[in-house]
Amino acid sequence: MAIALTESAEPPAQTTPDLPPEISGRSPWALAWRRLWRNRIAMAALVLFLLIITVSLVAPLYAHDVARVNPFANNLNGTTVINGHRVPLMQQGGGILKLGETPIGPTWDISHYFLGADQQGRDVMARLLYGGRSSLEIGIGSAVICCVIATVIALIAGYFGGLVDAVLSRLMDVIWAFPVFLLAISISTVLLTESSGLSIGPFHLVATSLWLPTLIIAFIYLPYVYRPIRGHVLSVSEKEFVQAGIAQGASDLRLIFSDILPNVVSVVIVLLPLMIATTILTESALSFLSIGVQPPNASWGTIISDGSDLLYTRPWVAIAPGIMIVLTVLSLNVLGDGVRDALDPRAKLRVEAG
Amino acid sequence: MLIFIVRRTLWTVLVLFTISVLVFVIFFKTPGVDPARAIAGRNPSPKVMAEIRHQFGLDRPFPVQYGLMMKKIFITHDLVSYSNQGTKVIPEIGAAAPATLSLVFGAAIIWVVMAILMGVAAAVLRGTVLDPILMIIALIGISMPVFWLGEVVNLVTQSRLHHTFLFSWVPPLGYTPFTQSPVLWFKGLIFPWITLSILYIGFYARVLRANLLEIQNEDYIRTARAKGLTERRVLFRHTLRNSMITFVSLFGLDFGVLVGGGALLTEVVFAIHGVGFLTYQSLTNLDLPVIMATVIYGAFFIVLANTLVDIAYAGLDPRVRPA
Repeated sequence: MAIALTESAEPPAQTTPDLPPEISGRSPWALAWRRLWRNRIAMAALVLFLLIITVSLVAPLYAHDVARVNPFANNLNGTTVINGHRVPLMQQGGGILKLGETPIGPTWDISHYFLGADQQGRDVMARLLYGGRSSLEIGIGSAVICCVIATVIALIAGYFGGLVDAVLSRLMDVIWAFPVFLLAISISTVLLTESSGLSIGPFHLVATSLWLPTLIIAFIYLPYVYRPIRGHVLSVSEKEFVQAGIAQGASDLRLIFSDILPNVVSVVIVLLPLMIATTILTESALSFLSIGVQPPNASWGTIISDGSDLLYTRPWVAIAPGIMIVLTVLSLNVLGDGVRDALDPRAKLRVEAG
Repeated sequence: MLIFIVRRTLWTVLVLFTISVLVFVIFFKTPGVDPARAIAGRNPSPKVMAEIRHQFGLDRPFPVQYGLMMKKIFITHDLVSYSNQGTKVIPEIGAAAPATLSLVFGAAIIWVVMAILMGVAAAVLRGTVLDPILMIIALIGISMPVFWLGEVVNLVTQSRLHHTFLFSWVPPLGYTPFTQSPVLWFKGLIFPWITLSILYIGFYARVLRANLLEIQNEDYIRTARAKGLTERRVLFRHTLRNSMITFVSLFGLDFGVLVGGGALLTEVVFAIHGVGFLTYQSLTNLDLPVIMATVIYGAFFIVLANTLVDIAYAGLDPRVRPA
């Protein structure tokens, strides 16, 4: 028996009577979407997440047309305008100790260093938007790559079973046993010590490429996605319609992709937003430790790291990207809960406990 | 039970071996990376490079190299840091361990107490407006990067409100050993404890609440109610006690991860010179021997902790034994 966690968790049977009879044959996807659509908190989270993506996508437009700055080049001798007066970006004797140079703080003027400058005189607002691009690209990219690869491995392991399953599952168990952070740190440091980057066959990745953190993060989370999906593949493979397919002589590929995959895709979709939230947090932590996104690129994590030197004098440099991370991850977690309730209203308690 | 312990221990040995091989492969066999140059740190002299090649047996076959590295880490303890003028790495890790343990123990106490309070409160208050409010607070706790939270805490307690009566007692960042001054040790660790525990409070409160609600539908709870037990007794003696099985096993895993290096970010932000801080310092000057040693010690600690948790779990709950 299901326990309603949120207002949206009405069983579908209660929503069907008020529908006209000709559209009562809705697909499960349409029903799930309908449940999600009615979950106001989850929809608000979705809107917030899309808003953050949009704002990050317009970063070049903002930097070029509104702020008119280059957020990646140092600008120590630059000036900006506050209340019609031209002031230097680096101010002598600012801060608590009244020594050295301090970048200007927030002007709260959208076209002139809205959030102030960092230690190299770069516009923090423009960097924040560009940083969001990297963070979101890496977060979404690695979560998607991770889910796709883990699903393929889980399909192979769960469908063929036996030795294949044993080998693949033990392999995943070993990665799982390796602490996530230590694995990421080892791989990242080794790859970053080599300035020429990584070459595997025809593929070449330079150390500054965003692909490097993306692939590392996708790799370390493989077993976390693999385990629940494999369990599902195993149970679906036992079902009568798969047996029927085998009896009719359907090929392995056909059984895997047209019979089993559609039945486990909902598990992947439930996991995806939560995985993106996790990967964004991981990326920010790695970048904060200087082993994630490399300069000249910026991400929210690297901006927080830049801002920690200015923490007591110009706190907004470090605070602003943190707020962006919290909003993004929070919206994804809320959305993830909503998606789970929509796709799987009866099993939701078990998912959370597991 | 004995068979379970033997099987679990054998699997642990296999995992430890595989992890050590994996670390070895990552640090010594990544395509396109010269391990001697990576170990030597920035701008090594040819003499140092030759010495490293000889010491780590880089011109000898693969198994010999692996054996030499394991010997340096676990038997002779003479892995030296090249970026840091020949400091011995393993004793350094031992010296840093008390700081990490102090941090993690304190945080663990806070997170267990707070998570149980929040989780039970939310489950008991289900249907009122307080339950969703508590769960939203828990979700915000889960969504905050710990290093950023630590910086915000520092900003408030060390700078912005430091001169007020609220936070004037907060000592400067850093770690004071307990043996040196217990009072200063405590004062200096309060905010790191709170910062580190917030994520876990949120996570555990959510898990506990879901678990309590699930157990409330079990037959034995209905039986307990039918016997006429008070709601309080049902909650504490039956529901909560069973939820603790999941809670305790999760706790074992997370505690192991934190002691094994997972508290790194908190240590960095609060300048607590523990094992994680050591890893961080070696990250900033790419001091590979230190990273290698902390990673392998951390990983081994975590795997061993997991084994203990699994065995204890099987002892408590016979249902999982055949697994």
